[in-house]
Amino acid sequence: MLKLYDKEVRSRLLLGTARYPSPAILAEAVRRAKAEIVTVSLRRETAGGKAGGAFFELIHALGVHVLPNTAGCHSVQEAVLTAKMAREVFRTDWIKLEVIGHHDTLQPDVFGLVEAARILTGEGFQVFPYTTDDLVVAEKLIEAGCRVLMPWCAPIGSAMGPVNPMALRTFRAHFPDVPLIVDAGIGRPSHAAGVMELGYDAVLLNTAVAGAGDPAAMAEAFALAIDAGRLAHAAVPLEPRDMAVPSTPVIGKAVFS
Amino acid sequence: MRVLVKGAGVAGLTVAWQLYRHGFDVTITERAEKVGLGASGFAGGMLAPWCERESAEEPVLMLGRSAADWWEAAVPGHVSRRGTLVVAAGRDAGELDRFARRTSGWEWLDAAAIAELEPDLAGRFPKALFFRQEAHLDPQRALSALTAGLEEARMRFLFGADGTQDAARYDRVVDCTGAARIGVLPDLRGVRGEMLYVETPEINLSRPVRLLHPRHPIYVVPRGRNRFMVGATMIESADGGGITARSLMELLNAAYTLHPAFGEARLTETGAGIRPAYPDNLPRVSEHDGTLHVNGLYRHGFLLAPAMAAEVARRLLAEQARPERRAS
Repeated sequence: MLKLYDKEVRSRLLLGTARYPSPAILAEAVRRAKAEIVTVSLRRETAGGKAGGAFFELIHALGVHVLPNTAGCHSVQEAVLTAKMAREVFRTDWIKLEVIGHHDTLQPDVFGLVEAARILTGEGFQVFPYTTDDLVVAEKLIEAGCRVLMPWCAPIGSAMGPVNPMALRTFRAHFPDVPLIVDAGIGRPSHAAGVMELGYDAVLLNTAVAGAGDPAAMAEAFALAIDAGRLAHAAVPLEPRDMAVPSTPVIGKAVFS
Repeated sequence: MRVLVKGAGVAGLTVAWQLYRHGFDVTITERAEKVGLGASGFAGGMLAPWCERESAEEPVLMLGRSAADWWEAAVPGHVSRRGTLVVAAGRDAGELDRFARRTSGWEWLDAAAIAELEPDLAGRFPKALFFRQEAHLDPQRALSALTAGLEEARMRFLFGADGTQDAARYDRVVDCTGAARIGVLPDLRGVRGEMLYVETPEINLSRPVRLLHPRHPIYVVPRGRNRFMVGATMIESADGGGITARSLMELLNAAYTLHPAFGEARLTETGAGIRPAYPDNLPRVSEHDGTLHVNGLYRHGFLLAPAMAAEVARRLLAEQARPERRAS
């Protein structure tokens, strides 16, 4: 089981809920992936009164944990305000914290992120910070009260997969006891399997599933890959070597071929 | 059979026209003082089922491919069959390949072919997808023309009335009031859409152009007289308030990316409408509390209303033939 603050889940796949062809297809994707956590972005006009009510009811009807997020927030103040509105709407202390530095690249503003995390944990939120693979920033986030870290493996929506596996390895080694969720940059199930093999605890996805030709089938493919990667990590994979090594002993063989 | 059609948006007027063609005695009520003041008035008016297939399911293409013919027959001269051009900015070029993989009915154009089709876009995009079979219309004018046709046919219009008191005087009520039924019809929700109009004499486009973007795809539809509609956001919300600064910025940014001359255009109008949608984002004709409902047209009002109207007519004709089997 994966323990994230006060909740335990079996599934290692967190699904975003944006840009599916329809809510019905989103629901099917969640079902086939056996996802237990979905992340939902809150915009101001959505939060206003009962305006977004119908969509949020559909989300609640999925019967999974909701991790609201502050996607699209560009300042500490905006992220904190959005987090508070999300707490009202979804009645949860969980918040996936995003403070975006570039409108263009969606690179996190790590300074604002740490500041917002400090404010929110002070107000009782359980913060899931979307961050880079920078170790020092991650340490500051832990100091600020975060008990989960969500490093990217490539820019949001880029679908490139891990662009710096070395950094991800170091990150994992540096925080052996903190639940680590790779958030952003995953494009294919093989990418997800790869980061799970490195020992990550879970993967958060949106575009890779929502933008697939068959989102529900892709969600299931990711769930399978994530399970495979996790199983492989637990089974201790071989480390690569420079030389070929025969898989059976060669001494005593009559013929070398 | 005396039929009351509630709502004079694209759904109501289309249903009324179809029923009139089948000889039903039809009355239309509309809460507002004129037609098309709901989501229909903010529509792009694109009859583009092949493009829509990128994010919509198969029925949208199946039900929508004959929409242009339906509109041409109902309001002759209002349908412009010049196809749809789909482009992407350089850094989003991958989006074009993705769009192509998910759709059909297109051909690739190179820079020269784009320049031939839309001279003002010459040199701006290395390649584009062209959906030759698609069409578009001006929603406001098409609805006005349809209304004029219905009035000429002596159809009764009751404005400023919701028709509830009179319902008993009719054999059948068809509710086409769209977003007004959110919270009443099970599973119906609102998806907010914002749009704007700009005016500039510096650009000529002769067909809708879609600019792909991973987060903010937009379309620009030429409306004649130097006017262009730029739309539309898709926000899971039933908030009908004015356009937000953020959406305005995103739409204008995208228009500017399509052509820098849009930077000098005059902003003449902004608007926001609520698209009614079911969880599968497909429209349906359903029976609820003794009334027939046409709803959930989502972003496909002009595209799919004809198919829904045909379904309503099919049901009422069947009831007329066998009145004892009327569903209730």
